[in-house]
Amino acid sequence: MNLDIENAALILSAFLFAVGTAGVLVRRNAIIVFMCVELMLNAVNLTLVVFSRSLGLEAQVLVFFVMAVAAAEAAVGLAIIIAIFRHYEGVDVDRFNLLRW
Amino acid sequence: MIETAFFLLFAVLAAGGAIMMIASRNPVASLLYLVLAFFALSGIFVLLDAHFLAAVQVIVYAGAIMVLFMFVIMLLNLGHREDIDMRSHLTRLVALVVGSGLFALIAALVLRGEQSSLAGDESGVVVEAILRSRGAVGAIAEPLFTSYLVPFELTSLLLLVAIVGAIVLARRRAP
Repeated sequence: MNLDIENAALILSAFLFAVGTAGVLVRRNAIIVFMCVELMLNAVNLTLVVFSRSLGLEAQVLVFFVMAVAAAEAAVGLAIIIAIFRHYEGVDVDRFNLLRW
Repeated sequence: MIETAFFLLFAVLAAGGAIMMIASRNPVASLLYLVLAFFALSGIFVLLDAHFLAAVQVIVYAGAIMVLFMFVIMLLNLGHREDIDMRSHLTRLVALVVGSGLFALIAALVLRGEQSSLAGDESGVVVEAILRSRGAVGAIAEPLFTSYLVPFELTSLLLLVAIVGAIVLARRRAP
């Protein structure tokens, strides 16, 4: 019974990760690409929570750290998007070629 | 039985929210679908006995981070874009193949692991005992403030650096 929910949660997390990957590939709006990355982080969090039931609560501590790092990453990433928007007048990732030589 | 029903409800909400997020044309609608998916995920966390993380998921993700996203969308005035920002049909096909391939791969691994029973038979029993003796917050706080104290302090440093970096990056350059 419990095992059923755990396996179903693992498959749900695989599905969310796949949807996030497809979203990163298919969208060009930088903010939505960023939201897809957050979705992938959450899918990994769900996997960790499932495994914490059998492998110990340290996995939940790791989820806590993932959330803190995701918050820092969101703040810096959105600041970069704002700076790029000022430079290019848009957030289309196809137009960013700052690192292209 | 009722657990299974709630799990199905939250799973459908999370999966539907995720799909609608990448399919929706309006960035604000996209973001609200993502918030729906995060709320559903916090419900699943509760079903998996991670009550503290469910609360943090609502407060930090659905609350703080998503408000930050909404703030940036409004600040950059992207809320009413009518043109599609999807890529071409070929890239969409590639994304579909990559996504379903990844899902099939991980799902196959999960279903194979079910037979070899990596999770063990006492799954859930250990965690439930710890939760009953220490409570939902204490069960996380005890390892966090003993074994993982140094990473915890480093996280505070990381957040400080992120604050400074965000201010420096988003500041308007002096003319």
